Amino acid sequence: MALKESPSQTAGPYVHIGCAAQTAGLEKRGMGDQLGGQMVPAGQDTVTLAITILDGSGEPVKDALIEIWQAGQNGDYTTSDEFQNWGRQASDLSSGVAHFETLKPGRNGTQASHILVWIVARGINLGLTTRIYFPDEDNTSDPVFRLAGARANTLVASQTHVGYTHTIRLQGANETVFFDV
Amino acid sequence: MTEAPFKPRDLSWHPPAFFERYRSTHLRAPQQPLLQMPQTETELTGPTFGQNDLGPLDDDLITNYATPGQSAQGPRIIVHGTLRDEDGRPVPGKLIEVWQANAGGRYRHVNDGYLAPLDDNFGGCGRCLTDADGHYNFRTILPGPYPWPNGGNDWRPAHIHFSVFGDGFAQRLITQMYFEGDPHIALCPIVQAIPSDDAIDRLVARLDMTRTVPMDIRAYRFDIVLRGRNATIFENQREGT
Ligand SMILES: [Fe+3]
Repeated sequence: MALKESPSQTAGPYVHIGCAAQTAGLEKRGMGDQLGGQMVPAGQDTVTLAITILDGSGEPVKDALIEIWQAGQNGDYTTSDEFQNWGRQASDLSSGVAHFETLKPGRNGTQASHILVWIVARGINLGLTTRIYFPDEDNTSDPVFRLAGARANTLVASQTHVGYTHTIRLQGANETVFFDV
Repeated sequence: MTEAPFKPRDLSWHPPAFFERYRSTHLRAPQQPLLQMPQTETELTGPTFGQNDLGPLDDDLITNYATPGQSAQGPRIIVHGTLRDEDGRPVPGKLIEVWQANAGGRYRHVNDGYLAPLDDNFGGCGRCLTDADGHYNFRTILPGPYPWPNGGNDWRPAHIHFSVFGDGFAQRLITQMYFEGDPHIALCPIVQAIPSDDAIDRLVARLDMTRTVPMDIRAYRFDIVLRGRNATIFENQREGT
């Protein structure tokens, strides 16, 4: 039986209600816990990954939902009590910055350390997939990084004293590479 | 990693990134084409969820934000359906998250200031897992249409937002469910950004009298389809020998 995938629609400006309830301002009441907020058990060391999305006018997108999916430090995708490979954060409603407390992924086969980033928001009709690579790694032999050619620099985060910061540009001269996976 | 890659996504079936009549796309649509890449373990895998991740009332929006003994205002409905992939296979054990406005068209969100009142007994947030047959089910109230700023007299059809996880991140999908017979479907730029009427029709839920409970609650059926898989090279080789 051949079916067609359900067509995508925008997550809209109120995506937080369903996927990041605290950001929407919901009380907990009878609902279960928010998912994706904690990748590393409390008390363990983490690296902070700060992601900002800029629109075509250079303004931060303040209503996006960002999910990341990554290997653990050993390079594999097996979730354990020590590390959840999946994280989900909303862009801050005032600053637009989304903060993830995570671990730096290990290399995976021929792939350099990288993080998959998936973005939905008002005005985004089909979720956008990109990657983050690391400035302190050799990315040149990574097969996906190489595909991006001269635009691969848009996939590389910057180092900070607590981890990394990364800017994703939806449009413009330095538009981030988004993938058709 | 043994699973086969997912079938290519038919981008012409989905709404384009830029759509003139949907203003929010103007500054948010990437201008470069998406870069095609081979799926790696990163895209073929994704998070898994279990019943322990959910609260007992997560699939009941009528009561999960209500004061005990009370319930949300509005026409009571069941929304249910089957999650399949493009090969028609049921997809069991997957997380479906929903969010919606209340019966008056107001969201419980710090950024929504629409005139319609909040319902103190309604949050608008729900979750469930698909069962062994790929079926999902939740109870809620019929959401109201609402106006939105798009430069004109724009009203969203009544809708429920859906977030769906598959086996791999390449299947990750967010969409919206509409209700059959709603005249706003034909007028809404967000819906009409979908290129074909056939594709739009897949997002329109049908009244389902077989699941409607007499004197209690009506049912709507909404089936969801995720990307299917290619045959693996390994399987192809086996077939050839
Ligand atoms: Fe909405």
